[in-house]
Amino acid sequence: MLSVQPRIESAKLMAWLSPFIAIALTMLASSLMFVLLEVSPIKAFEVFVIMPLSDSYNIGELMVKAAPLMLCATGLAICFRANIWNIGAEGQLLIGAVVSSYFAIQAGEDAGIGMITLILMSGVISGALWAAIPTALDRFFKTNIILSTIMLNYIGLYTLLWAVHGPLADPQGFGFPESAMFADAILLPLIQEEGRASISIVIAVVIAIITGITLFKTLPGFIVRVYGEDKAAARYAGFSSNKVVWGVMLFAGALAGFAGAAEVTGPIGQLIPSVSPGYGYAAIIVAYLGRLNPFGIIISALFMGCLYMGSDLAQIELGLPTAITGLFQGILLFFMLACDFLINYKVSFKSKALPEKPVLPSSADSELVTNSDSNK
Amino acid sequence: MANFPLLKLWNVSKIFPGVIANDNVNMSLNKGEILALLGENGAGKSTLVKMIYGVNKPDTGAIFWDNREVDINSPNQARAMGIGMVFQHFSVFETLTVQENIELGLDKEFVEQLTDLRQEIIDISKKYDLHVDPDRYVHSLSIGERQRVEILRCLIQNVKLLILDEPTSVLTPHEVSGLFRVLKKLASEGGSVLFISHKLKEVTELCDRAVILRGGLVTGECIPAQETPESIARMMVGSEAILSESYPKVLTEEVIFSAQQLNLAPTNPFGCGLTDVCLTLRKGEILGVAGVAGNGQEDLLEALSGEDTRADKASITFADKQIGHLNAGARRALGMAYVPADRLGQGAVPEMSLTDNTLLTNTASLTQGGFILGNKLKALAKKIISDNNVKCHNQTSQSKSLSGGNLQKFIIGREVQQAPSVLICAHPTWGVDIGAASAIHRQLIALREQGAAILIVSEDIDELFVVCDRLTALYEGRLSPIVETQNTDIEEIGKWIAGGFIDHKEANHA
Repeated sequence: MLSVQPRIESAKLMAWLSPFIAIALTMLASSLMFVLLEVSPIKAFEVFVIMPLSDSYNIGELMVKAAPLMLCATGLAICFRANIWNIGAEGQLLIGAVVSSYFAIQAGEDAGIGMITLILMSGVISGALWAAIPTALDRFFKTNIILSTIMLNYIGLYTLLWAVHGPLADPQGFGFPESAMFADAILLPLIQEEGRASISIVIAVVIAIITGITLFKTLPGFIVRVYGEDKAAARYAGFSSNKVVWGVMLFAGALAGFAGAAEVTGPIGQLIPSVSPGYGYAAIIVAYLGRLNPFGIIISALFMGCLYMGSDLAQIELGLPTAITGLFQGILLFFMLACDFLINYKVSFKSKALPEKPVLPSSADSELVTNSDSNK
Repeated sequence: MANFPLLKLWNVSKIFPGVIANDNVNMSLNKGEILALLGENGAGKSTLVKMIYGVNKPDTGAIFWDNREVDINSPNQARAMGIGMVFQHFSVFETLTVQENIELGLDKEFVEQLTDLRQEIIDISKKYDLHVDPDRYVHSLSIGERQRVEILRCLIQNVKLLILDEPTSVLTPHEVSGLFRVLKKLASEGGSVLFISHKLKEVTELCDRAVILRGGLVTGECIPAQETPESIARMMVGSEAILSESYPKVLTEEVIFSAQQLNLAPTNPFGCGLTDVCLTLRKGEILGVAGVAGNGQEDLLEALSGEDTRADKASITFADKQIGHLNAGARRALGMAYVPADRLGQGAVPEMSLTDNTLLTNTASLTQGGFILGNKLKALAKKIISDNNVKCHNQTSQSKSLSGGNLQKFIIGREVQQAPSVLICAHPTWGVDIGAASAIHRQLIALREQGAAILIVSEDIDELFVVCDRLTALYEGRLSPIVETQNTDIEEIGKWIAGGFIDHKEANHA
């Protein structure tokens, strides 16, 4: 019989093994899926894992996907560390894209570094402001942050759709729902000769490293970790809950907003309805896969970028639908959460312990009848 | 037919990792009897009733029900056997009606065999004078009415044993007498009641017999009608001096910390808030606050430590500064320290290492420009562990892996090494073995010798007499006069913790 018991100490090894076990189990489960879809699992594995890393163009595309994932996941990880369930990175990213596009379409070819800064900062600030809405609702009215951030994702999406159909639509666009192409002068510098990878991946890595150091080596990071683990202890220590909640939410919003701005001024070069193929949601999985550790997130974001690339390639090479990405992400998160259970609990197989039969009570109790089945 | 008890516990033990919650408990409950289960917090009362109600299973020993040995595997099974329980926190849905709530709590088969649930509710309500209207929405009911819904839910299943966990702590005096009438009627019809309470006056009024638990052991049994609240209190807290050591008492003059006219509304429906609390704390003394749990200890501790900042700015002063509005961190920066009631989850973060938990209240001295001074922190954590003889693997052990006594030594050591000028200390030796308890007392006395002022809130009167220089008692959020330990005795403080000082005061005014 299976028995589950809490561990006295959390298993550190398990905390690091868990993502790898989850990835292995995901591959196993998806092999089954590929067999059902009549695709050779080996071929599928090649398309999803090997091909994205096969040439410099593919690697560049992988980094294009990884950059926004890394930015959003870093912000989310800090929120989750503080036990604040910000699911709103998607909306914050989209708003960042819309607002920065508003400035970007006004820039001409003579725009300089000041204009680029303005565009990026407008993304950062608008993302943070978008995150400020659920935060204020939580602080003043105790609304549930999970729900309010999810709802704001939809509002963010429809704001984007309204913008591309209306105020930001390209006047010469024949009614297509997209903005005019931005001037080359304001596009982010690329990091490779061919391909679309921009410096946003470099910025994302630097931010992740700085965030990691802040989280583990400084007092603000410590306060966030204590607050997330144990609110009563944070109150006992005198840490302000307002500062923590506002701090992590605005930080996450700013990073997601920056990701949005870097998408439109980077690989896309204009505002389109499909700015994000669900980066903000996938970042939740990236954050967990990276153990809510910004250093781990650098790796897991690249891995998730690889999955995105893989499903693009699977469409071309294997004729599989894009929905496969979502399936992968779902299966991965599922196994991830299941494996994480083993960090704090141990499962062992043992025969059901026989209840110890007491020696029959002595004379005074001799009238007692022992019958353990009486209750059935 | 032999006259056997309805419920009998035979050598029942329950061991949790690191703590023996119940140690060979023997106890029986007769039909038609109202039995009180008494004990301090952590004495093992709730573990015991959870085993009777099928939430936990005993590790050893046996439970006999109706003269048969039974394994109670789940609350569902317990309910099917005729055991009903009303918890302290009600499990009702506010958006549903009374009838819907009752229906949800019943087994499906049971509901199907009932012809008319609504009529049944009305009948039982009438029979026991419960005044429960099946069609009202629960959100419109008072706390007392909600409790009656829970009781009715048990009664409707022809309960043979009704367990109530501190049922009166949420009721007004009028509601309490109503509840007692219901319970007495139930008992007169042959039903049994297990009544868990802190409130000794109510126990003497209601219960036929009382079993007293201390440290997981049954330490006594009495007929409450033949006892006084004071004598029962003595049985609960232990009359023999647990600690043989004695420390010289000191009297000092210079006041460093005081509370004046401190009034606070309760923070939850189970609290009692604070009323006109005045106290002074002098340099180099230990002041003890006695009292039975639930008389405002939490409110007092939170207000004095700064966890609760609702107090008026001027109502608390420390070293001539008004600090009522400052949070715990700001008060710590001024030189106060605090050992909280809840050591795991408040005084220490369970999942974090002892090193991180050292940083928790030493953030000012162990950081520079926001960066944590890793080496200095590690050295301090090691020092606290070795100085206070904390038994653990090393400083990287998670605090949840330590036993309660060791963690308490660590926390007190951590607060004492800051050399605070005022230490607020809650239940310093609660649930701690004798060896660790005297080590903790020595830590506190040593801090006093350095000239610090210490305030101890404890339910253990003996402990207070051992370590404190002056004593006071807290009853329903009011503080008794403060007396020197030498000029009082356990009898007097025992009366005060039962509210005796209030009558006394009023008599003086009259």
